[in-house]
Amino acid sequence: MGLLSLAIWMPIAFGVVLLALGRDEHARVVRWVALIGALASFLVTLPLYAGFQLGTAEMQFVEKMPWMERFNVFYHLGVDGISFWFVLLTAFITVVVVIAGWEVITSRVNQYMGAFLILSGLMIGVFAALDGVLFYVFFEATLIPMYLIIGIWGGPNKIYAAFKFFLYTLLGSLLTLIALIFLYTKSGGSFDIATWHKLPLDGTTQTLLFFAFFAAFAVKVPMWPVHTWLPDVHVEAPTGGSAVLAAIMLKLGAYGFLRFSMPIAPDAAREWAWLMIALSLIAVIYVGLVAMVQQDMKKLVAYSSVAHMGFVTLGFFIFNDLGVSGGLVQMIAHGFVSGAMFLSIGVLYDRVHSREIAAYGGVINTMPKFAAFALLFAMANCGLPGTAGFVGEWMVILGAVKYNFWIGLLAATALIFGAAYTLWMFKRVYLGPVANDDVKALSDINSREFLMLALLAVAVLWMGVHPKPFTDVMDTSVAELLKHVAQSKLN
Amino acid sequence: MTDKLSWITVYPEIVLLVMACLITLMDLGVSSRTRTRTYVWTLVSLGAVALLQLLYALGGATLYGLHNMVVSDPMGNWLKFFATIAVMVTLVYARPYAADRDMLRGGELFSLSMLALLGMFVMISGNNFLLIYLGLELLTLSSYALVALRRDHAVSTEAAMKYFVLGALASGFLLYGLSMMYGATGSLDINAVFRAINSGSVNAQVLVFGTVFVVAGLAFKLGVVPFHMWIPDVYQGAPTAVTLMIGGAPKLAAFAIVIRLLVEGMLPLAMDWQQMLMLLAIASLLVGNLAAIMQTNLKRMLAFSTIAQMGFVLLGLMSGVITGNLLSADNAYSSAMFYVVTYVLTTLAAFGVILLLAREGFESEEIADFAGLNQRSPLYAAIMAICLFSLAGIPPMVGFYAKLSVLQALVASGQTLHIGLAVFAVIMSLIGAFYYLRVVKVMYFDEPITASTVSAPLDVRAVLSVNGLLVLLLGIMPGGLMALCAQAIQQMLRN
Repeated sequence: MGLLSLAIWMPIAFGVVLLALGRDEHARVVRWVALIGALASFLVTLPLYAGFQLGTAEMQFVEKMPWMERFNVFYHLGVDGISFWFVLLTAFITVVVVIAGWEVITSRVNQYMGAFLILSGLMIGVFAALDGVLFYVFFEATLIPMYLIIGIWGGPNKIYAAFKFFLYTLLGSLLTLIALIFLYTKSGGSFDIATWHKLPLDGTTQTLLFFAFFAAFAVKVPMWPVHTWLPDVHVEAPTGGSAVLAAIMLKLGAYGFLRFSMPIAPDAAREWAWLMIALSLIAVIYVGLVAMVQQDMKKLVAYSSVAHMGFVTLGFFIFNDLGVSGGLVQMIAHGFVSGAMFLSIGVLYDRVHSREIAAYGGVINTMPKFAAFALLFAMANCGLPGTAGFVGEWMVILGAVKYNFWIGLLAATALIFGAAYTLWMFKRVYLGPVANDDVKALSDINSREFLMLALLAVAVLWMGVHPKPFTDVMDTSVAELLKHVAQSKLN
Repeated sequence: MTDKLSWITVYPEIVLLVMACLITLMDLGVSSRTRTRTYVWTLVSLGAVALLQLLYALGGATLYGLHNMVVSDPMGNWLKFFATIAVMVTLVYARPYAADRDMLRGGELFSLSMLALLGMFVMISGNNFLLIYLGLELLTLSSYALVALRRDHAVSTEAAMKYFVLGALASGFLLYGLSMMYGATGSLDINAVFRAINSGSVNAQVLVFGTVFVVAGLAFKLGVVPFHMWIPDVYQGAPTAVTLMIGGAPKLAAFAIVIRLLVEGMLPLAMDWQQMLMLLAIASLLVGNLAAIMQTNLKRMLAFSTIAQMGFVLLGLMSGVITGNLLSADNAYSSAMFYVVTYVLTTLAAFGVILLLAREGFESEEIADFAGLNQRSPLYAAIMAICLFSLAGIPPMVGFYAKLSVLQALVASGQTLHIGLAVFAVIMSLIGAFYYLRVVKVMYFDEPITASTVSAPLDVRAVLSVNGLLVLLLGIMPGGLMALCAQAIQQMLRN
């Protein structure tokens, strides 16, 4: 069994074991098994880093076996510079999420932990799949555990949120399924993504395919105006669910643009780049403004996610290496930062059971250690140099300025809005005098919470100070992708 | 080979018939409330028949027998094998339910089920219009009696009446259509009819009229819109065990007669019947899915969902012949076959859970009865959820691959109309996802109304677990079953 298969199936196997472990009497055992499973699944991804060859855009750690011979479908895995980091990110976030749910989840612990581990394996599968059907199976299968996570452990309006999440994203991906089948027919019976990259297609077909993919990926990212599911879902989802959703699931969509839309329909991608750029800028600016007026912390961070993902798609569709690499770096950074933001909100919510900004004030007085972490993550969210958030945004803005000064300028305003809504929230929640008895009664984070936030803090700082390992891995693949996209596929 | 009797082609039917009679006689001496002896003997006989069928199917030969009246080909043998297994599984699930409801006063449940299975066998391997019709009548007559088995239950009796009247009407349609075909071609033999139509010397008007009636009759039996009226009432009204007997295995037989009559007999008329199937499919997807949303009774919801699922099967069947060429025929028909087989598998498990939850005096057929099932029994909740996700077509359940292959058959035709239909079908399955999810929601997100745990006899638990697991495992490894269907259909088309 190859390393990638191990990275996919190890968490799933642990998840199934957890599901079989039964009821809440064994909650302690369940938690430890979950932690061991998550750690083991993370550890098996580390040899990938050690063995990853820089300087080539070829797929690495390739595994290929026939899966459904009748449709020429293969169990075909591999990673390149584009997908590589997300495998590690997913496994890492899963460890953090297991720690985050440790004492917080008291009912049906085994199902909670099992769902997250299975979800982790499925998401790694999405990033590693090189076969259209395999990709789609993993992509869709992630909906099931997430639907259950939101619906079982979510907030008061969880059922609405769970349905909205499932149906909204399903609608998008079903159209993509037709696109995949169409490509299969068009390519003479192959579901191989690399074959599709080389397939010549005429302009109309490309446009149709581009929008069929757009339906799935834009919803998942989410891009304005199909982002409306995200705030509702984030607000209702349990902390761990929000963290995984923001940190990884959104990236599935952005990753889809790079793996499917751009290389398969390059001419359409270039033709419609203006639209994508416009939607991204709207997300960055308008949604940034929307974030500013939110009363609910989770909603605020959700809108901020949409704005940050707007940066990602902006970077992709300006077609230069700074932009695309910047977008990818931003995806990883946002994975750490948004995950951390949601977990921080979770820390407060577990104590006070409110997400309203107005319910807090002066938290720094009672929870100084926690406030220090929160400040770091808030700074990373605004893109302060030295934190992970800065690198990606800076690269995208540079890329955008190179592409067109005015687009770059508009994108740069996002830094201002980002700083505004994040810091304003920080001020209202953490600074000032102690606002009420609830805040007065707060106890600072315990060692478990410290560990979970510290893990993320290290990642955020490491990526901010030393982003080179991240960009090194991407460079060649991104250059190759851009070269490919620059060539017309029209006959 | 054609003019010999070739008894070998009908050995499974003979075994089945003999055992059905013997078990009916033997049952006279059984007095236990649960009829364990009858039950065991029935399962053993069906197991033997299944084994025999499996050997035939693996042998892979196409044989004609009884003066060309029956055909034994891989497609038929596999379908008969699956049908036998489905009836066995149905009986396992059905027995505790039936015992609680005074349906086991005699052994009719078992003997009628065996006769119904015999009817399916005859339908599947019939190579003659009249024989196929006889098989159909044997199946439906047994089914009418099965529905009425709970004779002091008003709703069941009403369902039986409805089923009987509409079923008789449908049989009439079919017979009328077949007689027109006979009038036009002068033969009841499927191969001869095919040759006659293919020669082009037959009056086309009569043929098309006949086709219309045949398709209408088949549509009744498949339960597709606008011939679907009986499905919701019968599904809901019949005792759940019998609902499964009607909604499971017979779908395989119905698929087989569609193939035998329309493809083997009337393939040259494909351009005519494909259009009819298309309209039926569109209407079924639309009505089935929309009506299912409003249901609060799970059996009725599954009835409407069946209608929608059969719409998908028709989509596969109608994309075989494209602009007069047969290149995509095996692709299209095998996708439909795969769809039906996996549908039956999933339906068995879903109804298995319903039957399992039903207790004496409690039917467990309202969706609300499933509230909080996850807390009462995580295993059965998981099985039900797997089935529902499979029916909704969410990977990695097997239902996804069924939808995938049907959509693939549609898109492969390259016609804009077909691609449009594929888009329509996926939008409809999005609606489908909603009502299936609603049941998952009830099971997982709602609080249980009763704290009682779920208990079941060992045989039911074991079979149900395997059944549910298969829905998932075939989703992870669907290649084998797909290849099997493809091969069976290819061989059928070559002959």
